[in-house]
Formats: sequence, structure tokens, C-alpha cells
Amino acid sequence: MTVHPRVLDYPQSFLPGVIPDEAELTAGQRVGAGRSYGFFTDTTLCIGCKACEVACKEWNALPADDLGLRGTSYDNTGDLSATTWRHVHFIEHIAENGGRATTMPPFQSNWLMMSDVCKHCSPAPCLEACPTGAIFRTEFDTVVVQQDICNGCGYCVPACPFGVVDVSLEDGKAHKCTLCYDRLKGGLEPACAKSCPTDSIQFGELGELHDRAHQRVEVLHAKGVENAYLYGAPGTPGATGGLQQLNAFFLLTAPPETYNLPRAPSRPAERVGPSLAAGLATIAGLAFASLAMFAAGRAD
Amino acid sequence: MKLRHTIADRVAGFVRDWSLPRQLAGEDPTREAAQSTMSRQLRPRLEEADTIGTSICPYCAVGCAQLVYAKAGNVIHIEGDPRSPINEGTLCPKGAATFGWLTSPQRLTKVRYRAPYSESWEERPLGWAMDRIAYLVKRTRDETFVSNLPDGTPVNHTLAIGSLGGATLDNEENYLIKKLFGAGLGMVWIENQARV
Amino acid sequence: MGSNMAENHPIAFRFALQAKERGATLIHVDPRFTRTSALCDIYAPLRPGSDIAFLGGIINYILEHDLWFKEYALAFTNLSTIIDERFQDASELDGFFSGWDEESRSYKYDSWQYQGEVVPASLAEHYVNTTESFADKTKRMEKGPPPRDPTLQHPHCVYQILRRHYAAYTPEMVERTTGCPREVFVKIAEALARNSGRERTGTICYAVGWTHHTTGVQMIRAAAMIQGLLGNVGRPGGGILALRGHASIQGSTDIPTLYNMLPTYLPQPNAFKPHKTLKDYLQHERTPTGWWHNFPKYAVSLLKAWYGDGARADKEFGYGWLPRIVGDHSQLPMTLAMRDGVIRGMFMLGQNPAVGGHNAGLVQRGLAELDWLVVRDMTETETASFWYAGRPVRDGEIHPRDIRTEVFLMPASLAAEKAGSVTNTHRLLQWHDKVVSGPGDSRSETWFIFHLGRRLKQLYSASKNPKDAGLLALTWDYPTEGEEEEPSADSVLKEMNGYTWPERRQIESFQQLKDDGTTACGGWLYCGVYPNEGDNRARARHPDGPEGPGTHLGWAWAWPANRRNMYNRASADEQGRPWSERKRLMSWDPARDEWVGPDVVDFEPKKPPGYQPDWGENPTGMEALGGDCPFIMIADGKASLFTPSGLKDAPLPAHYEPVESPIKNPFYGRQSSPVAKVWNRPDNRLHEPADPRFPYALTTYRLTEHHSGGIPTRTVPVTAELQPEAFAEISPELAEQLGIRNLDWVTVATLRGEVEVKALVTERVRPFRLDGETVHEVGLVWHFGWKGFAQGDIANILSAVVGDPNTSIHEGKAFTCSLRRGRREAAR
Repeated sequence: MTVHPRVLDYPQSFLPGVIPDEAELTAGQRVGAGRSYGFFTDTTLCIGCKACEVACKEWNALPADDLGLRGTSYDNTGDLSATTWRHVHFIEHIAENGGRATTMPPFQSNWLMMSDVCKHCSPAPCLEACPTGAIFRTEFDTVVVQQDICNGCGYCVPACPFGVVDVSLEDGKAHKCTLCYDRLKGGLEPACAKSCPTDSIQFGELGELHDRAHQRVEVLHAKGVENAYLYGAPGTPGATGGLQQLNAFFLLTAPPETYNLPRAPSRPAERVGPSLAAGLATIAGLAFASLAMFAAGRAD
Repeated sequence: MKLRHTIADRVAGFVRDWSLPRQLAGEDPTREAAQSTMSRQLRPRLEEADTIGTSICPYCAVGCAQLVYAKAGNVIHIEGDPRSPINEGTLCPKGAATFGWLTSPQRLTKVRYRAPYSESWEERPLGWAMDRIAYLVKRTRDETFVSNLPDGTPVNHTLAIGSLGGATLDNEENYLIKKLFGAGLGMVWIENQARV
Repeated sequence: MGSNMAENHPIAFRFALQAKERGATLIHVDPRFTRTSALCDIYAPLRPGSDIAFLGGIINYILEHDLWFKEYALAFTNLSTIIDERFQDASELDGFFSGWDEESRSYKYDSWQYQGEVVPASLAEHYVNTTESFADKTKRMEKGPPPRDPTLQHPHCVYQILRRHYAAYTPEMVERTTGCPREVFVKIAEALARNSGRERTGTICYAVGWTHHTTGVQMIRAAAMIQGLLGNVGRPGGGILALRGHASIQGSTDIPTLYNMLPTYLPQPNAFKPHKTLKDYLQHERTPTGWWHNFPKYAVSLLKAWYGDGARADKEFGYGWLPRIVGDHSQLPMTLAMRDGVIRGMFMLGQNPAVGGHNAGLVQRGLAELDWLVVRDMTETETASFWYAGRPVRDGEIHPRDIRTEVFLMPASLAAEKAGSVTNTHRLLQWHDKVVSGPGDSRSETWFIFHLGRRLKQLYSASKNPKDAGLLALTWDYPTEGEEEEPSADSVLKEMNGYTWPERRQIESFQQLKDDGTTACGGWLYCGVYPNEGDNRARARHPDGPEGPGTHLGWAWAWPANRRNMYNRASADEQGRPWSERKRLMSWDPARDEWVGPDVVDFEPKKPPGYQPDWGENPTGMEALGGDCPFIMIADGKASLFTPSGLKDAPLPAHYEPVESPIKNPFYGRQSSPVAKVWNRPDNRLHEPADPRFPYALTTYRLTEHHSGGIPTRTVPVTAELQPEAFAEISPELAEQLGIRNLDWVTVATLRGEVEVKALVTERVRPFRLDGETVHEVGLVWHFGWKGFAQGDIANILSAVVGDPNTSIHEGKAFTCSLRRGRREAAR
């Protein structure tokens, strides 16, 4: 129950204006252009409440998806999409030695919950694939689809190694998390991180987040959570295949696939060589086959 | 967000957003040079608020503080109040949906009245409903009021009118309910969610 | 226990997780593995309704292994007090306590008293039903301290009684009754004991998982006993935290829209108690010793606030106008009273009993019997639409053409659309501003009640009938604001706080209240929230900075007297010294001759720890409590490990099965609480214990994504999509047995009705193995109804009107049901 000292400057019930640099009060740091920001999502603190999903939709005015009961634990949202920019996975791991768990591993649940989001990759494959310049890297080092430029070509969709970017059926344009670009410009913490009741989602400057995350892994290891690891920080799983880092990175306690994350994501650009070779081989093969068929036809 | 542009707007916008000159001037084509007008002008909509008041989350009893941002008499957003030692700016999914609750498409704005044996609602003026309810309360009370039990024990009550609700209401509202219904009218069936 | 904190109070769970970061052990005991269990260190499965077996087991374990905090429990609880030698516990009488009267099916409390004196209870239920004169007998408390044996050897001292009563609550019996493996139980008992004492404290959080039982009060009592034995009350990090469910559910208990209380815990006059005159009422409800001795000041000041100049000393301050209760007028019998035509008109003010009421089919049929119904809410609720969309209407049982109820559905304002205060779960009054007006004809309840009152006063203005005199005397001069004539909530809070009469100068503390009509106060415990003109402390927004003590006395205002930690005198030892530096809160400063610390002391600030009453003077009130009596609201100032009065069912918690249970009570011949409130009638039929037709333990519960009756979240698209449909959770074992696959439709049935929902097959639900027998559990979410964007059948169609004998709270957490694959056949 320790609040930031600067809150003492605002004792009124009616405030004269938006609290300046509110992120300093809620995330412990001011937001400034020219620095790199991101999310550190620590799944060992997630209670699966979905406040992030709601706060995101409320702030970004995203519609509900109207999906119905999915029967996949408590997940009824399904996946990240053009209208869902935060999504909480639920993975049940209760059974244990033929019975059910009663003693929980420290700081890790037997019911895994993880709030997924756009990774704001560096470099960003969607940005590299965008032919119109709609996707760009902001002054906060985040990746945003600019709606006034996007023409809905959809090249970014297959380019994303995480399946995050989606083209909306409503307006035909590509949509995804903006890391609350507008809020950052106003000195506010992104909506999901601000609302997160347990600070499972932490927003901040990447350098500091990396330090915090590495320390957290060490603490967890010391407490016996040996399987805790970072995903997407430089030099960790997730930051592979030409992706130097994911600005939104995670602390996980199970293999990436458990959370529907690729074990070794890669930039399509990294795959150009092999793909090109495979493509050429296919063409050659097809040519050969058609020739063969042609020859066979002639033989009839 | 402007949805319709004139042709002149579009031309001007194209010229502004055309990144080639800026790229030639040395800006990174994936960064500043690519920034559109909308991106340059973007601000959080909280800054449009003309009134910012403190509220308390209307869902559970933890008592998280909220800041309510309003513009021209309409709420434009609600989020956690970073000053509160209870929630320090955070909110759960329900609290985070408070703006959605206030602006729910299913909100009622007029009094609906269903006459006895009717199969449909009718819309009625608020003042009419208040008069009719006051009349019914008086009629039912006068028909059923008991001053004393047969053995003379005073009871001063009516058992024919009940009230349910209050845990979602303010202290001031509950106070007036108990004062009018109990101390004024002699109702004893006064209950709310606090019990159940 | 009894709480699913991470799901239902996520922001409160933020602090639990912060404590865990600092090394605290989190334990969750619950019938289902929930999102709370997932974040805890130990999870103990527990068959619904078997909590007292578990808690009694802990008491037994603590006593048998001598793990209790001796200095604390000996000094501050009634552990050494000697009880009437006629007392017999449930182990001696096969599930009954002494004093059982078969004819009235209730207890006489004489044998539960302290040896030689009657101890009145401390809260609203003051009156003790003994064979001798109550007032005379309680006066003996003024003659000397209760009889005690500090050596604990006396066979009738509380310690010895506890040992005998709980001897049967062994780890083996815990396992056999609750289904919790005994090694898990022992691990929990040890963790609790290890984390208590001078250097450490533990807290127990509960919610409706405990109250929604016919033994709910006793479950909470059992937790209180554990905390008393372990020294975890009144100390930082200790206590029992009731996690309550609505924004002002605490406020609506304090300022009760409840039938049996007047504001801030004064008893509603009862026709069948010695309450005929004000003098009777004050004499019988005032405790001779302890803080409640001040009762007359609070009662008279309330009458003055309500009836103003009409509250004259020669007219009993208007006491005669107050309505008398003649029985149980709570929500459960209210349902039956509607159905039986006793109640003709109803106000539903932000409550939705068609979904949240028990035996919801009966509720809906009851609504159809009313002459008129006023529903005030933000949307059209199930309750408002019962007459065309209710279950009995859809099943063709009744037709709208046959329903005479005149229905008014009125739009209500929500938070931010009105100003006022709400009281949260830790007694904090927080003001919220009116930022905008509600849409269209939406109005606050303050507006509705104020203007209804104005109209009624007008309608009755010419009346000379004595029955209307109270209404006409009612003070109703609140100033209004704006075109809508919204009454000022601020002025209502000022009246609750209290002022002098007739000057109406705000008063600062309830210690200034008088019983002569010179002060008016609408709720004595709220006195201090508005101590001076223009000084609304509920609106204070001055939290402690990082260097502050963290009690945040400047953020809003907590009753009583802005105190943040109740009974905090107990944070110091008998001599007034902190139990340890680590757990320091309040302590006696001999240099300044007063209690000091970062909170407001819950004690007389200048009373030294060594003070002892001068019994030669027949001391009353606080004078009769020594400096070592932290529990000032209790007549003897000591925490009641044994409760001599105030409870209808037992002075000590004993395990009873729920009214509907899949098994026979393993502890006693007596199956369920002998005094449970049971209304067994054709429209509320109950299942016999272990009825093979209804073999499954059914529990109902809530989800993070929804709120109570569901209206505040089912009407919001972004929360509705997160949990869009009703479902029943069952284990893979039961699913396999019944041929049910995930997402299949299933029908859950009781003798009250049937509901159809989708099945969610999950390992989070586990079969309970009890003494070789397997009991399966069905979990049912109860938020849903036929309105809003997220819909589903109403779980409370299944529940019964049965209640706790003390509180009349229903038993929605533990009953029995049948389950089959497929949809229900509508009774068409």
C-alpha cells in the first residue's frame, strides 16, 4: 500500500486536469520520446482475471467478438484478433501422479494463465512486409499500424511469426495492439498494464524491464521454480531467427508451445533463402512433371 | 477521428504524408518519415475532458477509486485512480468495464409501465409514475396498517409492502430508504443483498 | 476459506500476492480448484459444507499440540472463564448442546452462561432468552469479574470444554468428512500455527462461501476461535477479513436496509421482546458493562434525527412510531410472503431476485401475486420482465393475461451520475462525485425516496390519524439542487454524522452524543465522518506517502472514529508493550500516559493497561472493563472463544451437514443444525439426507467476469463475451460415468426445479473420497438469466428457501442435485 509521493500533489476530489505524466504514478516512470518501451508479462503473477482484455477494449473502443462458450477452460476469447489485442490463455495442469495437485510449486500455478499481446518485435516482420508504410516504428520504439494509411493489403498478416496481426472484416484494414500509442503521447501507461491487478503486466523502458525480468527469474530459481525463463528478451527463446528482441516479452514456466507461442520464431526475411530455393525447386519439379506428363500424353 | 475527407483534404494529406521528401532529408523510412498525420496529431482522449471527478468502483466491496473523465456532460472514459492506496490505479475486469456499464446499449432512459393483465410495456412520464406509486403506497398502507396486536401490544406496521435492495446503493440512499419506509411508513419487510 | 479471492476480489488479492512475495504462505481451502488456488502455496479440497469439520480439526490440532499463543489467549480471550456446570457439549449429547427444548425446537441459554451470571451479547441480538429476569441477571456483571481459572484446570473452564468438544475432530475425521487428505490438512494446521505468535500473524479471509450455509455463522465463529487462540486479532496482518460483494454492502449493513436493525447496529423494536416502551427498550438492550452501555445515547439521538421537533422527551422521543417486527422479515420469508399474498406491493431497488433469490421459480411466482411492483435499475432486469419472460410464463404455467401485477420499471442513475458515499469491505466510507447526469429520466434513489416521501407527506398532510403522525413528523427538509431537484446527499451524510439540536452544529465524535434530545445522529458509528461544516472526510484524498506509516488515515474515513485496525489494543501485550518490534502497532507510552501508534486506538486513549475496575463501586460501562480488555464491544471485554449468548444454534461450532447432504453426519446422530430455518412446503420441497435420487453435492458460485445477479456485466458487451453462457463444472470422472462430453448440454435438477446448461468438464473439480465412499460434485455458476448479452439458465431455480438460524442467510453453497446428459423437457 505505498503510493507514489507525487500523488500528494493532487488532494482534490475533482481534478483540474489529467494528472501530468500519470505513468510515473502507475508504472514508476515517465514516458519520453526517443526511448524504447515495452511490456514484461510475468505469467507467475497472472490470476487470469482478464482485466487487460477489458481495459484494452474499453480504451481502444474495440467491439466484443460474440463467440459463445468455447469449453477451453475459462478462455472464451480464443485468440488475438483485429478486435482482441490482449488475450488470456488458460492451461489446466491439475492432474499429478494419477491424482490431483494440492501443493503448488512456488510462484507458479497448476492452472497456467498468460496474457498474450503483440510482441512489438525488433525488427518487426509486419513492418518489413508493409508496402504502404502504414506500419511504422514510433518514437517509443513500438510498432503501430497507421489506420489513415493502411489499405488492407494484408501482407503483414502472414509475415507475423506470432499470428498477431489481423485484417478486420469491418473496415478491411489491419489491426493490432498499438501499445496505446495515444496514451504514451499523453504520458499515460498503456491501459492493460495500468489496470493489471497483480502487476503481471508491467510497462516500462526496455532496459529496466530486462533487468527486472532477469532478477525475477533469479528469484524464482532460488525459490525452486527452476523452469522459469524469459521469452523474447535478447538472447532468450523467442528472440530468434533474426528477431533481436520482442519489446513485449514474457516470463514463462512451461515450453512456449504450451502458450501457443512458437518455439523458435523467425523473420520471413530470414526464410527468404531457403524459401527461394524451395520455390525454385518446386518450379523445376513442376516443369519436369509437366514435361513428363506431356511426354506421357504424347505416348498415349 | 475524421471519417470523411474532402478532395482538398486528401491532396493536402497525401502531400503531408508522402514520406519520400522526408526520407530524402535523412529520416528513417520505418520511423519518423513514415509517421502519418493522424499519428502526429494523436493525443489520449482523456485530455478532452472538461470535468474529472473521483468515483468509487460500483461492483464489489474492495472500494477501488476511479477517475471519471467527462466532456460536455457525457462520460468519455473511466479508469483507476492512481492516488488510491487501495487500487493504486489498477482495476479488475469489472471495474475496467465501468465505462461500458454506464454507456451500455441496454440502458433504460424512460419509465416503462405494465398495467394489470397487460401483455406489453407502455412508456410513461416520470412524474406520472411517481404520483401513481405514492397513491398505491398510501392505499396499500391504509388498507393493511396494524397499530396493535389483539393483546394490545403496539406494532405500528404494515406487513403488505416490502422493499429489497440497497447493497449497490449509497449510504445516503439506504438511510433515506430506512427512514421513510421504516420510521415514516411503518414497513418492516426492508431487506437487501447484505444479508444474502 | 469460504472465499475465492483472486476471482471475486482481484484487487484485494493484489495484497495477498505482495505478501507472498515477501514470504507469506497462501493457503486455499475450497470445494473447487479456482484461480485463487492456482496462485496459492497449498490447496486443500473440501466437500461443500464441511468447513466446520476442517476448522474444528484445526482447533483440536492447536490444542492437542499446544500450539496456541498462551500470553495472548490467556489475557485477551475467555479461555480461562468458568462456564455454568450444567453445560454439556455436542460430543456428550450426540449433536445437541444442553438447553434443547424439543417443543419449541430451540435452545434455552441458561446453561451456556458464565458461572453465576448472564452475559448479554454485544451486537443487535442483545436479548438472552433465559428463564430468569434478563436485566436483573446481567446486572451481576457489575459486581465483579467473571469467574476464571488462569491455571485452566477447572473442568468447566472454556479451555477444558474446548478440549472435550473438539477431541473428536482428528485429522482422520477431517479427511473422512471433508475429503481433504489428512497430510494436507496437517500441513495447513502447522502452517497456521507456525505463522502466529509474537513475531508473525496470519489472517483468514472469507466471503459468501461461508455465509451461504445453515451453519454459516458458526463457520465464521470457528475461524474467530482459531484467531483468538493464535493471537491473530487486533494485530497488523491478523484478523478475519470478510470480503464483501457489493460497493456498499457494508454500508447497507451499517445503515441497514435490513429488517432487524436500526442504523449502526441498534435493534429494531420487536413486539415479542420487552420493547413496549422506550424505557423497556433501553433497559433491556443496554449492556451493563462494556461500550454498548452507551446505547441509550445512540438510540435517542437516532430518534431525534428522524423525528426532529416531534421527538419530544415527554413522548418517548417518538419511539412509539417505530414499527415493531413480529418475526423473521428477511428475504427468504419475504419470498414466501409474496407468494402467499401477505405482501401486496414491492420495491426492488437495484436488486434482481428473479436471478439472485433462492428457489427462483418460487420468487417469480411470488412476483405474479403482487398488486404492484416498482423496479428501479439501469436496464430491464429479469425481475422487471417476469410477467412475460419468467420461467413459469415460458413453461406455460401462467399467462400474462392472468397476472394482475402493476409493474413500474424506472431508470436509475449509476455511480458518477450521483454523489454519495459507499462503505467498502474494511469499513472505509468513500465519497463519489456526481460528474454527469444519468441518461433520460434516470434518477438516484436519493431522488426517488425523497420525492416519494414528499408526495406521501402531502397525501397525508390533513391526517389526524395517530398512525400517520410519525410520517408527518419525519424530518425531510433536505435542500435540493438543479432542475431535477436532486436532494443533497451531502446534507444526508451530515445528518448521519449528527449535529446538536436544534442548532444543527456538526459534532465531531459519538462521545458527544446525549440521551436527552439535545443531539441528533442518524448513525452513531458514522459520527466523525462529517465533523465540521464543509468537512466531508469521506471525500478526503490524502494517502500516506512512501514515508508514511501506511495506515492512510487521510484517505477517506473509516468507522468507527477513523480507526483502521479494530481491537488494536490487542496489538500490545497485557502490559501495553508491543508483542514484537516486527508487529508493532499501538502501545502504551508511560511517559505520555496514553496509547500511541500510527492508528486511532480502539480503546479509551488514556486508560492504562494496569487499570482494574473498583468492584466496590458497582462499575458500569467502560469503567467495568480493565486495561487488559481489548474487546470493548463485548460485555466482559474478552474475545469469546465460548459464546454464552447471541447465537441461536450453539455456543461452540459443531459440524452439522447441510440441510441437503449426500452423506450422513460422521460426527453425531444429529444430521443438520437442529435450529436451521427450514420452510418445507410443496413449493419448496427438500431432499432427505443421502437421497439416492439426488446423489451429487451441488455448489453455486461466481466468476471474475460477472457480478452477482449479472445485470452490471451481462449488459456490457466486453464483459459478457468473456463468460458468455452459463455452465456446470464437473470432473472427468463423473463425466465419464454419465457419458457427458465437454460442452454437452446437461440438465441439473432438484425438487425445486431443473436447469439446462453446458457442461465444462475439468480436472479442477475432483471427486471426494469419504471413508471409502465417493461423492461427486457439481459446480454451477449463478450469474445468468434471460437478459443481457450473456445468457443462461438461472441456477437459483434449483436452490431452496432454507437459512442460517442466526442470520436467515440461505444455503446456496451446499445442497444436492441430480445430473443427466441432455436438455430439459420444458413443462409445456
